[in-house]
Amino acid sequence: MSDVSIGLLYPDLLGTYGDGGNATVLARRLEWRGITSEILPVSLGDPIPESCNIYLLGGGEDQPQTAVADALIASGALHRAADQGAVVFAVCAGMQVLGHSFAVAGDDEKGGIGLLDITTERGRGPRPVGEIAVDLDPDFGSAPLSGYENHGGVTRLGREARRLGTVTAGFGNHDGRGSEGAVQGMTIGTYLHGPALARNAHLADLLLSWATGQQLAPVDDTEIDALRAERLARGTRFDRGTSLLSRFRR
Amino acid sequence: MVGGRVTLALAPGALAALAADHTVALVSGTNGKTTTTAMLAAALQSTGPVATNLAGSNMFGGMVAALSNAVSGATAVLETDEAHLPEALARTRARLVLLLNLTRDQLDRVSEVRMQAQKWREALSEAGHLLVVVANADDPMVVWAAQGSPTVVWVAGGTTWRLDSSSCPACASSIHWPDSAANPASSAWACSGCDLRRPDDHAGLGLHASGSQIRVAVPDLQIPGAVNRRNAALAVTAAVLLGADPAKAVDAVGGLEAPGGRFETTEVNGMPVRLLLAKNPAGWGEAMRIVSPDGPLVIAINAKVQDGRDPSWLWDVDFEQLAGRFVVATGERGRDLAVRLLYARVEHAMVPDLAGAVTTASAHPTVSGPVDVLGNYSAFQQYRRVAAR
Repeated sequence: MSDVSIGLLYPDLLGTYGDGGNATVLARRLEWRGITSEILPVSLGDPIPESCNIYLLGGGEDQPQTAVADALIASGALHRAADQGAVVFAVCAGMQVLGHSFAVAGDDEKGGIGLLDITTERGRGPRPVGEIAVDLDPDFGSAPLSGYENHGGVTRLGREARRLGTVTAGFGNHDGRGSEGAVQGMTIGTYLHGPALARNAHLADLLLSWATGQQLAPVDDTEIDALRAERLARGTRFDRGTSLLSRFRR
Repeated sequence: MVGGRVTLALAPGALAALAADHTVALVSGTNGKTTTTAMLAAALQSTGPVATNLAGSNMFGGMVAALSNAVSGATAVLETDEAHLPEALARTRARLVLLLNLTRDQLDRVSEVRMQAQKWREALSEAGHLLVVVANADDPMVVWAAQGSPTVVWVAGGTTWRLDSSSCPACASSIHWPDSAANPASSAWACSGCDLRRPDDHAGLGLHASGSQIRVAVPDLQIPGAVNRRNAALAVTAAVLLGADPAKAVDAVGGLEAPGGRFETTEVNGMPVRLLLAKNPAGWGEAMRIVSPDGPLVIAINAKVQDGRDPSWLWDVDFEQLAGRFVVATGERGRDLAVRLLYARVEHAMVPDLAGAVTTASAHPTVSGPVDVLGNYSAFQQYRRVAAR
């Protein structure tokens, strides 16, 4: 029996952008602290275990996203687990299905599970694609976040959800207010791929401290911090070029 | 290729006009395009003049350049970027299309996998000029796309990458992949919700001619890897459908070396290296099956436009299989790779300089033999230039 169990929800459907790496990152960071863990991948049709400490969802395309939303609504297990104190971390399409509603191609509105008080519409204009930098809300950490975004959504926060941080480069929720991501209880949603937890060790450790209820011993994050610093310094300058250009072209 | 681009700018109809003079075969897919195009071109040599594009110049400019230099009446074998396939089909009025595979690749640039399959399917259903599609029966995305055409010759082309085909492109139900011990790359996959399933193949490897089936015995290739034996089966089948003698086609493919510098053995700083190209998770999976198990290993990652700006696909690659080895990470995104290797428990060093990376890899005490250098697209091309010095 492991100390921490990580439910990786529908990696075959929502794993298009390497987000399954978030599970690997959490497992290794626990291992470095001498804490055992297991990753439980859940496929379409499998029952969702309610006993995991952490649940992960990744990004993906419209059709699989809708299939995941339908499965989560039918099961109800993720909602119950979160109510019982599980940590949930969801990226992009995964975040959208945790909200009240999201839109897919053709502007069809689909229902989500309402674990986050957010709604997502389809954005107009060019798709936000590129490096993103975020100033983390101080309650969640001090160092900025780096990631890669690629989505067509505009996500608005309701009263119960708060932003994960404020965008300093890129688009994030694309809500006209500079917000990025959503946090409600111990559920976090974000538009950051990269994967998010690979580039941002402090965010990974925040989830792990919530899940274990303990302050974790520091580990050597030299290589990870170097990557994040490189991305924060360089990514915003030229990876944004094409998106900026296309905005002028419209 | 620049000449081709200029021609296109001056005369947008140039590709259609040039193609009208030729029997055109298009080769497309996410991985193996350059190698398979070279194989098909070689396999057709015995039938008469063949025109083909320079390795990797697989958009309209490269096609125009290939046709501009072609002898009248030559069969044209054109490598085709997967996103350009629908328009290339319409412009060239191709007679044959060879479809290798369709998996995730450069998601910031090309539309997502199933959207791409849909576009292929529609284009093939509208291509009345097309005589036949030669398609990989082992890849559900390819099968579904190819079924847009009334005439398909299915080949056991194999796939070892299933992550993009876990749900059905037609109905989104899950696809069942029974394990196949005899041939792990060829599973009798079937959709759990609709009729889509692996078609029976008409052609494959290692069997002989019988009845209506084309069976080609592919000899040992100069090019390494089981994946290339499967590519050879597709190429030889296509060549035979275009009139080549099977035995001559097989011989020509067997003699082919290092198409576009892929799998080429060369030197960097006086040290022998073998250059391997991999561009996406499926390609990396195949490439890591080819690398020498105890040789020095360099992995080079860039994220230029042609590579895809987003290297998060590194997390879809099973680098964990390299645990126990020493790997030198390099390239413009060497830090992304170093972090990936750290989390994969692979001992590594990050050396930004390409030539320096080769030196560091070969100096490590646990390895011997030539250095295998695995790079993604632009990193591979940079290494070819370093090696040419």
